[in-house]
Amino acid sequence: MKNWGFKIAEPRTLDLDKADLKLYSKIVEKVPSARRCLMCGMCSATCSAANHTNFNFRLVHHKLRMGMFESLNSELDKCMLCGKCRMLCPRGVNTRAVIYNMRIVLDNMYYKNI
Amino acid sequence: MENKKSVLIIGAGPAGISAAKSLADDNVNVTVLEKEHSFGGNINNWAKLFPNFKDAAEVKSQLVQNFENNKNIKILYNKKVTELKKHNQKWIANTSDGEVFESNATILSTGFKVFDAKYKEELGYGIYPNVITSVEFERMYKDGKIHTQQGSVPKRIAFLNCVGSRDEKVGNHYCSRICCIAAVKQAIEFKELYPESEAFIFYMDIRMAGQFYEELYRKSQEKHGVVYIRGRISETSSTIDKKVQIKAEDTLAAMPLRMTVDMLVLMVGVEASETTTILSKQNNIDGPYGFAKSIDIHTADNYSNENGLFLAGSCKRPLTLTESIADGKSAAFSVIDYLKQTK
Repeated sequence: MKNWGFKIAEPRTLDLDKADLKLYSKIVEKVPSARRCLMCGMCSATCSAANHTNFNFRLVHHKLRMGMFESLNSELDKCMLCGKCRMLCPRGVNTRAVIYNMRIVLDNMYYKNI
Repeated sequence: MENKKSVLIIGAGPAGISAAKSLADDNVNVTVLEKEHSFGGNINNWAKLFPNFKDAAEVKSQLVQNFENNKNIKILYNKKVTELKKHNQKWIANTSDGEVFESNATILSTGFKVFDAKYKEELGYGIYPNVITSVEFERMYKDGKIHTQQGSVPKRIAFLNCVGSRDEKVGNHYCSRICCIAAVKQAIEFKELYPESEAFIFYMDIRMAGQFYEELYRKSQEKHGVVYIRGRISETSSTIDKKVQIKAEDTLAAMPLRMTVDMLVLMVGVEASETTTILSKQNNIDGPYGFAKSIDIHTADNYSNENGLFLAGSCKRPLTLTESIADGKSAAFSVIDYLKQTK
């Protein structure tokens, strides 16, 4: 059959029926304060890594909450674990522990399978 | 015998009842006209109240404490006022059953009604079986069980804020103020009944502008794991097994979102009641959106432009129960002041 060069684009809709929300509950188990997040963006506003990269902790956290963790591994490497975000969080979320535990959980899922 | 002044109060909701009590305590003759067969107005739609989960029926009975001993108060039921006019320094009210009431001063405490969710056709209320309003949720909770039309407990429930509020498409630009906190309250109640189920709240802003509201919001996240999604639901559809499919945008991730829930609760907003609009227009004191207009929101909020016609409660704008009760008392003070001046 002739290839006309057309493709069907993958749907980019976030489908909460299929999303895996268990991973996030694992992190919340370790860092219960994460549940309190308001998504205000103070963490990403003060982030020292965000000055030089497109790292956005608020978005990373949100994506994990919604079960979108495919692209998060490379994102997490941008964080230097300096903890500045934690000093500002108005809801007392232990943001550094969130990143730290995300790395552990995601490492176990991905890196070991490579 | 002294010639006692008489005051007519239209509406026996929280504001009207509070005003009546304060006036009667000051030895004024009060007649309250209520269109329903019971007092309490919109309190009757609530099982428990935010932010402290107090029993609504308890508040209702507290409002009329010691009323039976008070000879100054008369509450008349099934009296719908259709016409209110000033005549020779007296206020004349006509009811639908042909009765006429005369008074020295009248308080309008005709309250609000909830937005009719059928106007937001895209949300499927009245079309799909498991799309309900927050008022219906409250009624179910009063009966002790939240259930779908099929009779099962929802494994997933979603609440949608701002239905009929902050929406140019239905002509309501304003915020109804009580729905955000009501959604938080209902989500907590749902999770307390069914901890294994999931609860989602769709919102544009979470407006927790009251004492202990923010704390309740925090508790809903921390203790009950209620999930908040910033984005308004654009449309719903029904699946073959009578679930509700939702389309929205997750605006925090800038991605379109889709999900299926067993039940969708529409947090319906506050609108001026019919009687509020009709009586306000008759006396040229109608403000935006059919609410009644006070002279000055800061300093003369219980006064209308008509001498001797006073305003109390949510006939002016969306108010919480707490505010309505306080406003009723405040209106009574304005009326007492007025009666003294008019002799």
